[in-house]
Amino acid sequence: MASSQLIILAIIATSLATFISRFMGALTSEKVSVKSKVFQWFNCVAYSTLAALLGRMIIFPAGVLSDSELMIRLIVLITCVVIFIFTKKNLVIPTILSAIFLSILNNF
Amino acid sequence: MINPKTFFQGLKSLKGSRSPAIPLGACFIALGALLKDAGFNLQQSAASSLFTYALPGQLVMAESLLVGASIINIFIAVWLVNFRLYPMTVSLFPLLEHKSQPKWKYYLSCHFLAVSSWLIAKDSYKKIDKKHRIDFWIGIGMGTWSTAIIMTVVGYLSADYLNKDMLIGLAIVNPVYFFCMMIGAMKNLSVSIAVIGGTILGPLIYLISTEWALLFAGLVAGTIAFLFGGKNGK
Repeated sequence: MASSQLIILAIIATSLATFISRFMGALTSEKVSVKSKVFQWFNCVAYSTLAALLGRMIIFPAGVLSDSELMIRLIVLITCVVIFIFTKKNLVIPTILSAIFLSILNNF
Repeated sequence: MINPKTFFQGLKSLKGSRSPAIPLGACFIALGALLKDAGFNLQQSAASSLFTYALPGQLVMAESLLVGASIINIFIAVWLVNFRLYPMTVSLFPLLEHKSQPKWKYYLSCHFLAVSSWLIAKDSYKKIDKKHRIDFWIGIGMGTWSTAIIMTVVGYLSADYLNKDMLIGLAIVNPVYFFCMMIGAMKNLSVSIAVIGGTILGPLIYLISTEWALLFAGLVAGTIAFLFGGKNGK
């Protein structure tokens, strides 16, 4: 169990490490035109970094999710994506169902 | 100052069938419970979401604390996992730029940059008059940010009533929501290549380097998407 002082330092370190990327992004944005190639490249890199994070969250999750089976996570994800497509891109239904599906399947 | 009409338009993105409130709520409830487990008190848990507001980084922080990592190590690990916010900001803020708007709005509201708010803004910025897009963004950000903080507190307070199966269920909601949003965003070739490439390369590179996986996968898949995707509409 970490001490209170260590926790506060960790919160500060985490917040700073996070804000640096956001603030640098805001500064860089001032020099980037929407029509430029650089903007398009950043757009592609942003989507792929995000996708990489999501891929990792499903295949190698952190936290409690790592206590579930990979195959079950994949089944839940694919089922919910299919529901999303069939419900004309409703996001509420697949997200609620994902929690229910995983909780049930994880107990089998 | 801030245009109230567009601000509330942004805030209202929390409502409706594309609302990020449920996934955000679910994952921050799970985070609140995890932080309690890691020895945080209520104020510290709320402060973490208030000042950091980036779930993967907060997860890294909590897990690093549990294994006794140093502050420097936590800083580097969080910076690496949250570096994605840099290209995300650069691919969104130029769309919100307007000469008449003061810079402080951009410098402060960059704190609201997170996957959910980014995806909503990218999905709906075109509907908003260029002059007030930053106010629309501040509206989205205030909504998603405050949801995250409140739900962290709720998660902390309800930690004793949540069993492991419920927490696992809550934790899957976020990646499922993001995947659906990303699939919805695959409207042109370059974004499609970027999303598919990133999804495959992220876990693959993770096998070689856990810390640099996101950065490398993003750069490689993003550059391939840029080169082969042709003209990019978004």
